[in-house]
Amino acid sequence: MGLKNKLHDLKVKYQGKKMAPAFNAIHTFLYAPNETTHSGSHIRGADDLKRTMNTVIMAMVPCLIFGMFNAGYQHNLALGEIVKSSGFLGETFWTLDNLVIGLWKVLPLVVVSYGVGLLIEFIFAVIKGHEVEEGYLVTGMLVPLIVPVDIPLWMLAVAVSFGVVIGKEVFGGTGMNILNPALTIRAFLFFAYPTWMSGDKVWVHGAVERAGTPDAISGETILGGLAQNKGALGYDVMDMFYGIIPGSVGETSALLILLGGLFLVFTKIGSWRIMLSSVIGALVMGLIFNWVIDVDVITESSKFYGLMSLPFWHHLLIGGFAFGTVFMATDPVTASQTNKGKWIYGFLIGFISIMIRVFNPAYPEGVMLAILLMNVFAPTIDHYVVQANVKKRLKRAKVKTA
Amino acid sequence: MGLLSKKDRKLILDPLADDNPITIQVLGICSALAITAQLKASIVMTVSVIFVLGLGNVVISLIRNIIPSKIRIIVQLTVVAALVIIVDQVLKAYSYQLSKELGAFIGLIITNCIIMGRFEAFALGNGPWKSFLDGIGNALGYGVILIIVGFFRELLGSGTLLGYKVLGDPITKTGVYAFGYENNGFMLLAPMALIVVGIIIWVQRSRNKALIED
Repeated sequence: MGLKNKLHDLKVKYQGKKMAPAFNAIHTFLYAPNETTHSGSHIRGADDLKRTMNTVIMAMVPCLIFGMFNAGYQHNLALGEIVKSSGFLGETFWTLDNLVIGLWKVLPLVVVSYGVGLLIEFIFAVIKGHEVEEGYLVTGMLVPLIVPVDIPLWMLAVAVSFGVVIGKEVFGGTGMNILNPALTIRAFLFFAYPTWMSGDKVWVHGAVERAGTPDAISGETILGGLAQNKGALGYDVMDMFYGIIPGSVGETSALLILLGGLFLVFTKIGSWRIMLSSVIGALVMGLIFNWVIDVDVITESSKFYGLMSLPFWHHLLIGGFAFGTVFMATDPVTASQTNKGKWIYGFLIGFISIMIRVFNPAYPEGVMLAILLMNVFAPTIDHYVVQANVKKRLKRAKVKTA
Repeated sequence: MGLLSKKDRKLILDPLADDNPITIQVLGICSALAITAQLKASIVMTVSVIFVLGLGNVVISLIRNIIPSKIRIIVQLTVVAALVIIVDQVLKAYSYQLSKELGAFIGLIITNCIIMGRFEAFALGNGPWKSFLDGIGNALGYGVILIIVGFFRELLGSGTLLGYKVLGDPITKTGVYAFGYENNGFMLLAPMALIVVGIIIWVQRSRNKALIED
């Protein structure tokens, strides 16, 4: 109780001063504040912002833990120190060795992401004199999961400050942003430091330093392989589903993302409409490409053949599609707000993701750009959905008066 | 400054900050985004615009009473076009490489809305000396922003200033590159120029609250 009382004293001492929001935030984050009501009938909503955010984080924790093991596993596998894991519970995967390497590489990403992001949130709260908002809790967790494991920490810090300031604070903070901050951060990294965000070196720890030496190891992702018509690089469908493949830290395991998604839908935090419709959108686009291959418009000599001929449902398992759909497209702030709008918004995200993925070899993954694009269009979609409803009801009203 | 009266000074100094053509009037954004990837190009563009706008304002001001108002736009265009062609030819003659780098953008000074804007708003209603000062002032205000944006974009995007490697050599890893620093490729893309201009507007308006509009 010592710390709690000390924080409370500080809070009283700094009441109305500039630094007050900073102390209040630490206090309410760690403890229930002293000013809670005790008697009488008060209605308390259980789904406040803090709880919403924490639920999303809980859904992501399995991905993070899996990502740590996978980082170590891919490193050791590339070095040839262990054999390929057989299935999700393979004995070479869940080992202490893998976890130690993973912790060593992934924990700094988490610390930098939260440290820099929350520092900026605190600074803005103090300048503007409002309470520190919980919005960064989820963003801070998303960021380490969607970057390559070997990204230099200073680059991450620069990108996080850019994303939080330009992506969120200039619009007025949590709840006012147009673009998903985590994706703004990733897009910044992608365009600022493309050599660290794509290619066949960054996805496996150690591959960058070893490039060009006799010890060189490769860390090509499945998408990268397909884009160069090299096939799925020997990974089978179950590998893709379990996520025992190279990729960004936390986005490889479709299985755990699926569980996280079900958890979000069950707790009514994430919108099932967006998730379902974007899966449908991706499948439709995949089917169109498969059909184009079937009627021999695109032949094996084409550079698009590798990705177009991929069985349409495999698109759901590889790359960041599953992660983006479950955790980023459903962001309640930047997504469409109306139910009909959510269907359109989700469908277009899936549809455009796969289109960018196939047609643009410079961007081997399209889900980031697709979600950012649809973030921009979400208010427009809502506007037309609402207007259509207004029109429909006006018509009904007229019929009655006539 | 005995040379300039208080009013004349205002004509030059106002566009530099509180009535800046780019950050306050939000004109001429297109060229500010397109050519500011390098500091040198920004400076050449600034000098060219100072020449065109300063001289153009004087010419328009001198003939303002004999231009029929129905065809004034086409007369203004003729004047700008003539001046821009002079700039273009001088650049081609004395600095061919730079002229090639700037490409169409020197020619496109014609379409820079700041120039037509000043002709319409100032030169048509004021004497040649005042018009000259107004032209120089607005061109300088435009140039200041161009040079600030060009400075940051070249420094952070390429690690150079005016072509000199100030941050070290990225290939042989000297200077700050030895510590793992890398150039920010986003700085060389036009969207980042827009963000830099946005940040300048943000800083300027938070320092001078009178500039904030509702």
